[in-house]
Amino acid sequence: MLDLPTSSDESWRYSDLSALQSVWPLPAPVRIDVAAGDSAHHHLLQDAANGAAAVHDYVVTVGDGARCDFHVLNIGGRLGRVTIDVTLGRGSHFELGGAILGSGDQTLEIVTSVTHAQPDATSGQTIRSILSQRATGSYLGKIAVARDAQRTDAFQSVKAMLLDRTATANAKPELEIYADDVKCAHGATVGELDKAALFYMASRGMDPATAKTLLLRSFVAGVFDSVADEAVRETLEAAAIAKLEAMV
Amino acid sequence: MLTIDTLTNEIDGKAILKGLSLTINAGEIHAIMGPNGAGKSTLAYTLGGRPGYEVTGGTATFDGADLFDLDPHERAAAGLFLGFQYPVEIPGVSNLQFLRESLNSQKRARGQKELNGGEFIRLAKEKAALLGLDMDMLKRPVNVGFSGGEKKRAEMVQMGILDPKLAILDETDSGLDIDALKIVGAGINAIMRKPDKAVLLITHYQRLLDYVKPDYVHVLAGGRIVKSGGPDLALELEREGYSDVVGAEVVG
Repeated sequence: MLDLPTSSDESWRYSDLSALQSVWPLPAPVRIDVAAGDSAHHHLLQDAANGAAAVHDYVVTVGDGARCDFHVLNIGGRLGRVTIDVTLGRGSHFELGGAILGSGDQTLEIVTSVTHAQPDATSGQTIRSILSQRATGSYLGKIAVARDAQRTDAFQSVKAMLLDRTATANAKPELEIYADDVKCAHGATVGELDKAALFYMASRGMDPATAKTLLLRSFVAGVFDSVADEAVRETLEAAAIAKLEAMV
Repeated sequence: MLTIDTLTNEIDGKAILKGLSLTINAGEIHAIMGPNGAGKSTLAYTLGGRPGYEVTGGTATFDGADLFDLDPHERAAAGLFLGFQYPVEIPGVSNLQFLRESLNSQKRARGQKELNGGEFIRLAKEKAALLGLDMDMLKRPVNVGFSGGEKKRAEMVQMGILDPKLAILDETDSGLDIDALKIVGAGINAIMRKPDKAVLLITHYQRLLDYVKPDYVHVLAGGRIVKSGGPDLALELEREGYSDVVGAEVVG
């Protein structure tokens, strides 16, 4: 595929196609195959330089009874796009914790497609976005449940916080279900900082930047709680806090 | 400590306070009572600097500084504490985090040394014990899932930790049963009944004043102080009602 995608292509609809040009065509996706019964942890800190475009594509297969945990912090570049295409085996689990922190004219995206191909698999996706100025943050998440994939249990929890009225959050969960014994839960909210909480914090002496940072930290807290490697968790949290402090 | 002179204000263009004057000296406890809609909570929020509570005239001087020149967080750092009638819930932020950030923000603003984790925990434990709250409560998110009484006790723990010069307590007695009222009253006395501190109690009922004895009682009606007196005035109000004491036309 050498032609640039267009905005009529659903998965590129909210993207920054002019920024994409500089890295087009894209290299082949990174493959992650988790063998049956195994457990794997992956993370990505997408912190490309100002003005750069970064696209990270992953194709993941999770074998029978296996588990894959994936954590993404998407904060850098003019365009930062992370796509994860997952196929789940029987009784396996996929867990994604993702945070998007965008400012300026950034376009930051997490695009997932999780296919429950076999019975008894579970998946969970938790995405938190904080967007300021003219930034756009998008989560597009497709869940496909094959005809035989009974007792699938999947959830998507997507919450976005807009710090300026000029910022944009897109959340698009998409379900394609062919089995009949299936639980798929999804929720998406877009909100702003709670003004009553900000005054309460100010009345106790917190300056506005400290108060906002504390509220925003609590908003993304939890996304990286399940990172098994402590050093990785600290790296992701420190990068998130540094970005948040620069945003408020 | 606090001198309010002919204060007027507006909320959404509607005048609420209409020339309120009041002087509070160090070592004094004042109570402001008044019928619903008199402007009691408006006075508290205006002094605290809540957005939307626009000062249209008059002055308030706090420890020599123009209070209305300061942002809400600067008023707190200067020693003002506002007790909320309805304390705000903040999911995801623990009481301990909230209070440590608040206290250290105040200390930074005053050019004082910040407390480290251990020092802060010791202080928090001591003040929580005073109000009968255990540390597990303080580890929970701010006011989330707290009963009405727990919220008010948590407010007093905050006051104990922040150690203000002047506390303006807006209907701190509302939603309290008699046991909680005693605990909160004792907490206010322990924390604030000192020669270098002062309290402005805003209340609808006399019952809190059984536990926190005011030196002065004022009646707020129609956006002004219409009558002032000693502790007996509160009893008189309780017995005879606002209309009889200050006149139906004033209350109306």
